[in-house]
Amino acid sequence: MNVTIVDYNSGNISSVINSFKEVAKDKVNIEVTSDLTKIKSSDKVVLPGQGSFKSCVDALNSISGLIDTLNEFAINHKKPLLGICVGLQMFADTGYEEIETKGLGWIPGKVSKLDNKNGKYKLPHIGWNEINIIKDSKIFQGIENNSHMYFVHSYEFIPVDKNVISATTDYSSNIVCSVEKENIFGTQFHPEKSDKMGLQIIRNFISL
Amino acid sequence: MLKNRIIPCLDVKNGRVVKGINFVDLKDAGDPVEQAKIYSDGGADEICFLDITASNENRDTIYEVVKKTSKKCFVPLTVGGGVRSVEDINKLLNCGADKVSINTAAVQNFKVIIESSKKFGSQCIVVAIDAKLNGDQWEVYTHGGRNNTNIDAIEFAKKMEDSGAGELLITSMDRDGTQIGYDIDLMSKISSKVNIPLIASGGVGNLDHLVDGIKLGKASAVLAASIFHYGKHSVQEAKEYLDSKGIPVRI
Repeated sequence: MNVTIVDYNSGNISSVINSFKEVAKDKVNIEVTSDLTKIKSSDKVVLPGQGSFKSCVDALNSISGLIDTLNEFAINHKKPLLGICVGLQMFADTGYEEIETKGLGWIPGKVSKLDNKNGKYKLPHIGWNEINIIKDSKIFQGIENNSHMYFVHSYEFIPVDKNVISATTDYSSNIVCSVEKENIFGTQFHPEKSDKMGLQIIRNFISL
Repeated sequence: MLKNRIIPCLDVKNGRVVKGINFVDLKDAGDPVEQAKIYSDGGADEICFLDITASNENRDTIYEVVKKTSKKCFVPLTVGGGVRSVEDINKLLNCGADKVSINTAAVQNFKVIIESSKKFGSQCIVVAIDAKLNGDQWEVYTHGGRNNTNIDAIEFAKKMEDSGAGELLITSMDRDGTQIGYDIDLMSKISSKVNIPLIASGGVGNLDHLVDGIKLGKASAVLAASIFHYGKHSVQEAKEYLDSKGIPVRI
């Protein structure tokens, strides 16, 4: 099996690579590439993302044919795809970080800034927070409710259809932190930095 | 609920730990990778490496350390010490650091913070401020505490937030190494002034100091070195103590 981590200059993806390789050992081949042919032929795709919504969308657009290839992979062929952090946020129609920016539009909704309640809450939302699992997602197998995951973000994905939400977390508000829509999975937190529980989520995704 | 973080810090020189855990069963007490792994397995919420390598020719040793550690530890790794440029930050991130802490370079040229936070995202840019109380104001020191810049530390902290820092690591030079506790005044004044998380550092001698750093100093995270290194307390003990005092921690 081939799992491809999309390398599109979206910031630091070393930790994502390390964690997938740790889980995969020698049994699963982990590719890190922006090569469209390789993405097309892989079994699963991981879409990481750091920095701003706009910088990530721009980076996707700067590789000719990449968005079409991802659409084909996830929407036409319905093969499993995992978005992490801004990778998840880009599933939305629109993001509002820096400037209004069009997303991939895979899951209707928008990405807007967390409400810091007039400075009562620090932003970014950094650190370990508990996740409330509200949907029996395949990537949560073996994960207990209220497990801690590592977060670093100032923006949140607000999907139109609440049925896609698989977990939330509580900070300044109730934040969507995981979504699942058919073959498309996303986590706002960083499974690659969430120790054993995070690696379990990666293992679950690889074994889908 | 978001948990307060406990961050053990390891001083690394020429690729070796100089202040670290001193357990009898440790195979190689100088190996930063082994020490970081012990901490992450023991419940550390993040690991911090402070590179104190003095000579330029050995500067590259930290990159190897970060590379190896990031393949073994799956909690966030912050690396600081001698970070001068956007290129240095890029190299550390590529080696597997999740955050880079910047001290002297942030004072000398704050554009490094603007540029790097734009390029890599604020989430990985930590500005480390070494502050010392002179008269009635805390002043920023650079070059490992050797040079006084006469810059007001509280104003500087605000400026770093505005420049794109995602977090501040505040060390009280008056308290560092004393084991008499964090400079609570300094921490709470900065924390009230900025809207980004603050990591308190310098002066921890017992577990109550960690409690004070969070409750009184309003820090989101507490960094400590010696109380963990010499087996005085484990990270787990620290967390259980904080929990008993009503502070939310990841246990």
